[in-house]
Amino acid sequence: MPDLSSLFDPKGIIITGVSNHPGKFGFVTLHNLLSSGYEGRVFPVSREPGAVLGLDVLGSIDDVPDGAADMVFICTPPAINEELLRQAAAKGVTAAFCAAGGYREAGPEGAEAEARLIDLCRELGIALAGPNGQGVVSTPAKMCAQIVAPYAPKGKIAIASQSGNFVSSFLNLANHTGVGVSRAVAAGNASVLGIADYLEYFTDDPETAVSLVYIESVEDGREMFDRMLPLSGQKPIVVVKGGASAAGARAAASHTGALASDDAVFDGMCRQAGLIRAKDVEEAFEAAATFASQPLPSGDRVVVVTTVGGWGVAAVDAMADTRLDPMPLPDDLLAAIDAKLPPRWSKNNPIDMAGGETRDTVPEILQLVAEHPDVDGVVLLGTGIQSNTAAMMRRGPFFPEHGLERIVGFHERQDTRYAEAATEISAATGTPIMVATELATTDPSNPAPASRRAAGQLCHASAGRAVRSLHHLAGYAAWRSARGLEV
Amino acid sequence: MSITLSEAESRRLMAEYGVPVSPFVTGASSDDVLAAVEADEGVTYPVVAKLCGRAIAHKTERGLVRLGVADADALRAACDELLGKAVPEDGSVEVLVSSMVDGNRELIAGLNDDPQFGMTVMVGVGGILAEAIRDVSFRLVPIGEVDAAEMLDDLSTQRLFDEFRGEPEADRSAIVDALVALSRLGAAETGLRSADLNPLILVDGKPVAVDALVEIDSDA
Repeated sequence: MPDLSSLFDPKGIIITGVSNHPGKFGFVTLHNLLSSGYEGRVFPVSREPGAVLGLDVLGSIDDVPDGAADMVFICTPPAINEELLRQAAAKGVTAAFCAAGGYREAGPEGAEAEARLIDLCRELGIALAGPNGQGVVSTPAKMCAQIVAPYAPKGKIAIASQSGNFVSSFLNLANHTGVGVSRAVAAGNASVLGIADYLEYFTDDPETAVSLVYIESVEDGREMFDRMLPLSGQKPIVVVKGGASAAGARAAASHTGALASDDAVFDGMCRQAGLIRAKDVEEAFEAAATFASQPLPSGDRVVVVTTVGGWGVAAVDAMADTRLDPMPLPDDLLAAIDAKLPPRWSKNNPIDMAGGETRDTVPEILQLVAEHPDVDGVVLLGTGIQSNTAAMMRRGPFFPEHGLERIVGFHERQDTRYAEAATEISAATGTPIMVATELATTDPSNPAPASRRAAGQLCHASAGRAVRSLHHLAGYAAWRSARGLEV
Repeated sequence: MSITLSEAESRRLMAEYGVPVSPFVTGASSDDVLAAVEADEGVTYPVVAKLCGRAIAHKTERGLVRLGVADADALRAACDELLGKAVPEDGSVEVLVSSMVDGNRELIAGLNDDPQFGMTVMVGVGGILAEAIRDVSFRLVPIGEVDAAEMLDDLSTQRLFDEFRGEPEADRSAIVDALVALSRLGAAETGLRSADLNPLILVDGKPVAVDALVEIDSDA
């Protein structure tokens, strides 16, 4: 297993094929790397020396000072890359990201070039990522070494993908939600480094709390299982799989063989290995974001807290397809809540406060619920509606007179407070608290989602999505607990 | 290429690893069968009689199964009839007799050597509709008790494990033991391609296989 630290934390980077043309990959990579604030040394190399983006372009890797770079980012065509890699290795480079295409994906000649590339990197002791990949991101190194956008805020999710566009999707979602990323890499053709290699690195990586992978093809499922199993108990691994694999179940004389669809077996492998399988990219990101920012529940019992009506019903409905249990309220909890709310509250789960809350009610109820020993998880709904009213007042013709400025301020402070309380209480009690409102997408500037985001916490866009994330946390916790691992 | 073992061979292999199969005897003639039933305390009337042989994989479709055979006379008649249905392509055949077991709930369990994942073990909702219902859960062999218990949790039809039409709640740990035993077989037997226990009937909540089919590499 090669050391990937010079891929994710290089002290200096050589970029080959840097062009003056802002549409070319070499230019874009240099631009992205400099724009993300990379603090190591950067050496653009091209056959046409000059200056690009304020940096001198070197005519050859031979001009790079010895030991100044340990990573090379390759945007040049296959014909010259073997020579470039030899030069880079001579300078002390130990990792390469090959963004260039024209390899296996391009036909038999490309496949031969890729085979030579693999042999050469083994000979030179270079950890090879790609080829034919979009790049690598590492926020601790302020590094966006990609031929495309975007970069992402710093956080604890590490991403490895067999499809570069899903790296972009995950990074876009990180930007949108504010729940950040530690590392991200597109495996490209994965000729040497594959998903399992990256996962091994992420599992040992102190910057990473959860891994998130997109898988399209499984070449050796047994090997994958054997390598994932020792990792998943250390840090959660969220998996989303696209497409059906080319290698289908072969015709068998047995019913069992006929029932062994690729998906059924892959799903069983995930359950056995403790991998958290999400159904699509959004669900996968949200699960990872929740793992990155919330404690694990110790069981499946969930209480829903809502400021008003139907949202709570929807949350409980959504639990029907999950392992979660919308538990009846324990008597002592019911009595404690009853003392805080007017008589019209629901008196069961979901806790519908029926608009009966005053200044401190939401944090107080949240505290009572989250600290109760029978409650494993909480879903908080209906935040942001005060600020929604405030927003209409702000935009209307009467603001700030008629007392509107004062009430608008109150509403906005309250939603901020609820979001802060959710974060604080969750951390203090060890009970995960999901917060969901569609304002997360319809009006991210609303103080409810905005404060959630400022705290590095995911604001789910619906009760159903919050329930799915909590389901994944509870499933992973149950997997751990069944194997005697700490929850 | 692969071949299927006869039901009797398949059952013996299962039993060797501790997979619960209903008590059975075999014989190549009516006399042999009746003598074997007489000698075996585990097989009691009413019984089921089937023609079995390596080349006979799907008995029901060919009318090679007699259910609810009440006594020795009826069994002799059934044996004669079944042996008379054998065709030359069936090769070596015999009659397999086992007790009728009583249970409304049918599971399916099996093994399959997957091209990507190697040997896998499965449990699901069984019976003749198993392939239509497709409520199944797979794991990679070998599995432990925890994995087997989680396989049962995976099935959508959880009510199957509750009290059901006057029958007791399913004995999950007995099903878990059967799956772990099946996994042991899958791990140990080289050349095994797939295996079916269908149905695996819940009798007083405990699983009993009343049919077994093992497919092996023909050169194994």
